[in-house]
Amino acid sequence: MALELPNFALLAPQIVIALAALVLMTAGAFARERWRQWNYVVAQLAVIVATLLTVFTSGDPRVQTTFGGIFLVDWITLVVQLFIYLSVFAALIYGRFYLIERGLERAEYYALVLLSLLGMQILTVANHLLLFYLGLELMSLALYALVAFDRNHALRAEAGMKYFVLGALASGLILYGLSLIYGATATLSLPEISSVAALRPGDERVFGFGLAFLVAGIAFKFGAVPFHMWVADVYHGAPTPVTLLLASAPKLAAFALAFRLLVFGFFEYAHYWQPMLMVVAVASIVLGNLAAIAQKNLKRMLAYSGISHVGFILLGLAVGVVEGNHQLALNAYSATLFYAIVYAVMSLASFGLILLMARSGFEAEWLDDVKGLNQKSPWFAAMLLITMFSLAGVPFFVGFFAKLAVLQAVVAAGYLWVAVLAVVMSLIGAFYYLRVVKLAYFDEPTERQPLIASSETRVLLSGNALALALFGLMPQGLMSLAAYAMIASL
Amino acid sequence: MKLLYTVVPFAPLVGAIVAGLWGNRLGRTATHRITILGVLIAFLASVAIFFDVHNGNTFNGPLYTWGTSDGLTFEVGFLIDSLTVTMMLVVTFVSLMVHIYTIGYMADDPGYCRFFSYISLFTFSMLMLVMSNNFLQLFFGWEAVGLVSYLLIGFWYTRPTAIYANLKAFLVNRVGDFGFLLGIGLIAAYAGTLDYAETFAQAEKLATMNEAVTGWPLITAICIALFIGAMGKSAQVPLHVWLPDSMEGPTPISALIHAATMVTAGIFMVARMSPLFELSDTALSFVLVIGATTAFFMGILGIVQSDIKRVVAYSTLSQLGYMTVALGASAYSVAIFHLMTHAFFKALLFLSAGSVIIAMHHDQDMRNMGGLWKYLPVTWLTALIGALALIGTPFTSGFYSKDSILIAVAHAQIPGATYAYFCVMAGVFVTAFYTFRMIFLVFHGKERFGQAHAHHDHAAHGSDDHHHGLAPGEKPHESPKVVTVPLVLLAIPSLLIGAFTIDAMLFGGWFANVIFVDEARHGSIAALREEFHGALAMGLHGLTSLPFFIALAGVALAAFFYLVRPDLPDRIAARVRWLYTILVNHYYFDRFNEIVFAGGARRLGRWLWQIGDRTVIDGAMVNGSAQIVGEVAEAGAALQSGRLYHYAFSMILGIAVLLLFLYLV
Repeated sequence: MALELPNFALLAPQIVIALAALVLMTAGAFARERWRQWNYVVAQLAVIVATLLTVFTSGDPRVQTTFGGIFLVDWITLVVQLFIYLSVFAALIYGRFYLIERGLERAEYYALVLLSLLGMQILTVANHLLLFYLGLELMSLALYALVAFDRNHALRAEAGMKYFVLGALASGLILYGLSLIYGATATLSLPEISSVAALRPGDERVFGFGLAFLVAGIAFKFGAVPFHMWVADVYHGAPTPVTLLLASAPKLAAFALAFRLLVFGFFEYAHYWQPMLMVVAVASIVLGNLAAIAQKNLKRMLAYSGISHVGFILLGLAVGVVEGNHQLALNAYSATLFYAIVYAVMSLASFGLILLMARSGFEAEWLDDVKGLNQKSPWFAAMLLITMFSLAGVPFFVGFFAKLAVLQAVVAAGYLWVAVLAVVMSLIGAFYYLRVVKLAYFDEPTERQPLIASSETRVLLSGNALALALFGLMPQGLMSLAAYAMIASL
Repeated sequence: MKLLYTVVPFAPLVGAIVAGLWGNRLGRTATHRITILGVLIAFLASVAIFFDVHNGNTFNGPLYTWGTSDGLTFEVGFLIDSLTVTMMLVVTFVSLMVHIYTIGYMADDPGYCRFFSYISLFTFSMLMLVMSNNFLQLFFGWEAVGLVSYLLIGFWYTRPTAIYANLKAFLVNRVGDFGFLLGIGLIAAYAGTLDYAETFAQAEKLATMNEAVTGWPLITAICIALFIGAMGKSAQVPLHVWLPDSMEGPTPISALIHAATMVTAGIFMVARMSPLFELSDTALSFVLVIGATTAFFMGILGIVQSDIKRVVAYSTLSQLGYMTVALGASAYSVAIFHLMTHAFFKALLFLSAGSVIIAMHHDQDMRNMGGLWKYLPVTWLTALIGALALIGTPFTSGFYSKDSILIAVAHAQIPGATYAYFCVMAGVFVTAFYTFRMIFLVFHGKERFGQAHAHHDHAAHGSDDHHHGLAPGEKPHESPKVVTVPLVLLAIPSLLIGAFTIDAMLFGGWFANVIFVDEARHGSIAALREEFHGALAMGLHGLTSLPFFIALAGVALAAFFYLVRPDLPDRIAARVRWLYTILVNHYYFDRFNEIVFAGGARRLGRWLWQIGDRTVIDGAMVNGSAQIVGEVAEAGAALQSGRLYHYAFSMILGIAVLLLFLYLV
């Protein structure tokens, strides 16, 4: 057998990010203090270069593999990666000012962000169970460290600890599930698993067990009920820039993970995972929306709101399998991808707004801190309004179309009652989003310090929020991108 | 060409936006120049389109697709054909005249720029209405003109009567719109489209169907529902009550909106829907009877009015009734023909009345006028032309259209035609009487102006320019050029347009393929064609026909009462006081509505508020559910203990639940 040289070019974006992470780590250890400002530039440059490389290396031909088929680059990789880069790019801009003010802007921070980005990238290109695990661990470990990055702060340390312990438990679950699946199929390669025509009678149960653990692990990474307990504490405890990162890009990576494993790998065994996802999704939508109402901390509220949005993503994944109807499956999965993208962008805007209001010694993380924003800055009050309306799913903001697309798929699959429940819960959820708008517009501010955010934050945040309104008026472009990614990849 | 079509409605819209947003900054002159330019462009483009359509180029297509839902397409589109272009010409021409006239009429008003913005906006809305090729846009235009009408009736918003009147117009129109929406809904439900052409293609199929819930014949239900919409907009009995009150608005808009264009939207709509209406005799009978009732009984009310604008307003009601009668008699083209001639001579009459009002310093009471002809020669002449056209004097435009209606009704076969024929014939007499009563009271007889008006309290009016009147000894003056020029320009078509266009519009196939008449069953238009031997012959024959003598009798009686024996009317009124009381109370329609509908609605509203809203919805549902949600939320938050082992336990529990599914499937 001739030894074939793997196609490194296809993995160029990942290689760039890995190299940049190494450079930053080295710099963190040896570079002089006055070079510090270059850390940010290196990180952003790496993200931009990776974006360009992704655009040029993937997409044509539609599906490419390398390293003997354990890496797979297709349109889903392309679309998901692009929005992951966008999220990280925005997260770095939004967070920089916050970090500088608190003396946290160090090379290690950027190194860790890039390492977690590398993990996310691997999740989008993996085609092999071990590789998935590798990507997941890389992403998670970097994130644990980021949460606890401000280590002298008790709340941060506690959050990091909780996240780490529970994450380790989830990793254990996933690893256990993977080993059971390996036991049942005798392979770790995703295409091979999906092509195992029929399992032996005894193996089927083993495989189902494995799947259950895998679904639990995926649900943990998403932060879905009942594996959601870490979400509120970690979102609350982590420094806001980290929360911002945590709430956006990893959700897209988790989507890629779930989609690759469940839909690509285990489509034939959908009767096992479909009801599991469904129950997790419905529980997330219900509990997320209800618990968010009781929150007084803005970050915790957004954490629970995120749980409910994750419920929608999982719901879309769950309803894709309808007795082999290819068109319905396509619709459901493209709606889910659309939702995941929209949610990531909305998360960026919402946490970005918190960062905008925050300054040294003032985290702007309580609901009361939003009061009277309209008097301080009518423009950003309007941005807040757009973001909250979009999160709530008010028509003609993009969040509405995301919900609509998923609910259409749910109805098409015949789960009318689930759709009704989801709508009712969204309606209840609208309360806490609108409360934020009400506080910003109709309440007197508790303090009168002006906003001091950097100009690039202001510009990007405005663009970010306006995009929610703009895509709400013209959702077609983004929707067809998601749909095309699905058609090209499935 | 599509660009030109687009220019027609949007040029006035641009004018309206500029005048509305920046009018006060631009100043008055710039504002009226911009808006007049917009309407002028629309008019010139309409003329160009007219010649294009005349050469046989019609258009039907979408401009912009707004959305698609469940197979139903929502579009903005244009249908350009002979009917559309006729309406476009009428609307833009009258609007242009009114724009110019307004410069003079509103000269001293603080809301000058706002007014121009509104009337330009109205022109845009009305053009969108008539140019539409689908029901959705029709409804948009319908509501938009209603909105502008509301805004303009209440233009002097500090006057309680104006606010009352515009609210009334708004509410009464809601009743009509409810029917209209039902009609559109039925079409959307059963034809599955909102496009005119596609609906008409299915008309025969719709005619065989019954409405699923009630079992009514579908086409009749659709037509009557649509016509109820027309009744609201075109002020047919019993939804006419808002139109006389709408005279609270400034006179130019009374001419433009409440005489020439908007109120004819209902007539236009029914003519546009002729392929549907032709299939339902029941609906046509309904139209005929409503129209005839309006034509006669509203005309009578014109006799007892003393406010000059109200006379013209009731005359408008009556004339709208005539148009409706023509529709009911399946003579759609005649209705449109009368709509057009009426637009000119009624706008003329209103603007003349406005000119008189300017001269009288905003005193509108005819009892304070008299002998004005020598002070206002241009106004007098043009008003006289308008009056002659209105009563149908042979060779004027009003003659051709009204006489055609009379002949059409005489040949109508459907139930109610005899009643309608009596009403429109008697209406001729009534029209002649009240019209010349107005002419004689205002322009002839003894000069009664300049006397002290004891009942007017000037101090209470403040800046209000209503009911000032002339000071004792002051003489009225002819209005400025910007007022009289539009009068003259409108007087020309009022006199001539009928004779020149009757052949083409009614018989020459101008409306072929646009207005559909089932001549085998509804023969009035065919009979009309048979009797027609050219405009000149028709005019000469008119001099010897019955309606002419009836009208002459009306004029003679008016002359006798108001010139020869001015004391008689009061004595007659005193003699038949019961009749007079009914008439001055407008047949008690307003009182009835006030007590039954307004009062009933208030009582129902109060009941729903107390029981439905406060107890059930607020008490049980809103607060109740909110309380439950709140409690659940607290409980959910309490799950979040902060302890790591609780969290881990919850995950293990979750795994257990998921594993449970392995046994369930």
